[in-house]
Amino acid sequence: MSIKVENLTKYYGTQAAVDNISFEINTGEIVGFLGPNGAGKSTTMKMITTYLTPNAGKIYVNDLNTETESLNVRKTIGYLPEQNPLYLDMNVLDYLEFAAELESVPKENISKSISRMVDVCGLGDVKHKDIGELSKGFKQRVGLAQAMIHDPDVLILDEPTSGLDPNQIIEIRKLIRQLGKEKTLVLSTHILQEVEATCDRVLIINKGQIVADGTPDSLQEKFRGQIQISLTLKKDNIDRDVILKAVNSIRSIEKARISKEDDKSFHLILAVSKGEDVREDIFRKIVSMNHVILGLHQEETSLEDIFRQLTTK
Amino acid sequence: MKNILTIFRKELRSYFNSPVAYIVLIVFLIITGWFFTSSLFLGGVVTMRNVFDIIPFIFLFFIPAISMRTFSEEKKSGTIELLLTKPITDTDIVMGKFLAALTLTGIALAFTLIYVISLTFLGKIDTASIIGSYIGLLLMSGIYIGIGIFASSLTENQVVAFIISFLIVFALFLLNKVLIFLPTSLASVLEYISIDYHFGNIARGVIDSRNIIYYLSGITIFILLTKASLEKRKWL
Repeated sequence: MSIKVENLTKYYGTQAAVDNISFEINTGEIVGFLGPNGAGKSTTMKMITTYLTPNAGKIYVNDLNTETESLNVRKTIGYLPEQNPLYLDMNVLDYLEFAAELESVPKENISKSISRMVDVCGLGDVKHKDIGELSKGFKQRVGLAQAMIHDPDVLILDEPTSGLDPNQIIEIRKLIRQLGKEKTLVLSTHILQEVEATCDRVLIINKGQIVADGTPDSLQEKFRGQIQISLTLKKDNIDRDVILKAVNSIRSIEKARISKEDDKSFHLILAVSKGEDVREDIFRKIVSMNHVILGLHQEETSLEDIFRQLTTK
Repeated sequence: MKNILTIFRKELRSYFNSPVAYIVLIVFLIITGWFFTSSLFLGGVVTMRNVFDIIPFIFLFFIPAISMRTFSEEKKSGTIELLLTKPITDTDIVMGKFLAALTLTGIALAFTLIYVISLTFLGKIDTASIIGSYIGLLLMSGIYIGIGIFASSLTENQVVAFIISFLIVFALFLLNKVLIFLPTSLASVLEYISIDYHFGNIARGVIDSRNIIYYLSGITIFILLTKASLEKRKWL
């Protein structure tokens, strides 16, 4: 077990930023914390990296308690904080050397580990430049290089692709996936594609609580039960109660509601319980009542819908 | 110890990577140089007295200026989070920064040795008093730096840090000057707190353990306060 979090709670003032969450992350997993801004992702990461202390609950990193063995925990973790803070007046090599010394990389290995990180992160062309002169993408690579300079078992990356352009994002994701092969990796994001592209497992966090936990596929599977059908009917002499009752009587339709009503048409949203196709049943039912269907459309829940459902309650 | 040295080297390098160090060094040398030459050429006296009298006053501005960025800049740019999640203690960080600022101050003071050397060619100097003054000035700047670093750890705004540390330092500096207006019972206590009073003793060339203890405990108190201010993030 690489990271174990038990009943973690953190208050900012009276508001719980993280509210009694527990989870475990196995060695070698790539886990994505997904959630809207202010959901508690960064706060959780800050507690794992020992920057903040929980108000309640415990965190173990490689079986070391973050509060009582703080320094040893920090040795096993490589951390890229949100916004990727860097010393802009240092040049890349000096900065990596500084990071390596702080991580107590043995003196004889420092130059070797610096040149390894320069290779892995593709910093060869810019290594003599001041960090302040670099583009955002290169700064992000420097941040990653700094986090991994001591070859940590656990990598924690807080929004590693925020503020990058699409090409840079793809490059950084590739780098992250490559690094994730050997390490336990936790990253946070509010971008869904990121999770789908890089993670083995997703924890969706909202208002300080974990609202879903699973692989991207399994989450989709789990929420597939809620296929939605939107139905538009022509509005001639329709009694809304009759039509609602009729639609509700169709097998495996859980709930029907009228979403919109204008001069010419009725719009209904139907929630379907299982992964069955009920469009034909709906069609026959409406026709048998002598009404006219203007539109019938089935939507499968995507990860995006799940995310929105879970985080807007 | 190794970690203190790592922080120390980085801090010292960043002083000289920015214009701050050069500006304050030049200003410091211009002012002390003027007081030195005016007493020498206008007064015709072979003495460091005027220089040593003005330095505590220059330090009122000089030290808040060099220590204001130590933590506030790290807080503002977020690098403090990077630093505090590395496997080093908070004490290592505070000590590294403290010693770097002290070294910069020491460099400034070392330049004034030129005045002392030139005086030795012109007449007899009071060696004991000069050595005492340098020790006193270093100890005094230690307390000032402690205050400056503490003020810097309270805010992410460098200007606010400068003002806070200036006010504290100025209050301690002024204490000795207003004693005559106070009742004697209070005056003796406040006199002991005053930075200037202890400097006056050491500058005479008499190194008394009471004065040394005053300075060292003052430095310790502000280093501990800075540490506490860094740890505050954990409990709020």
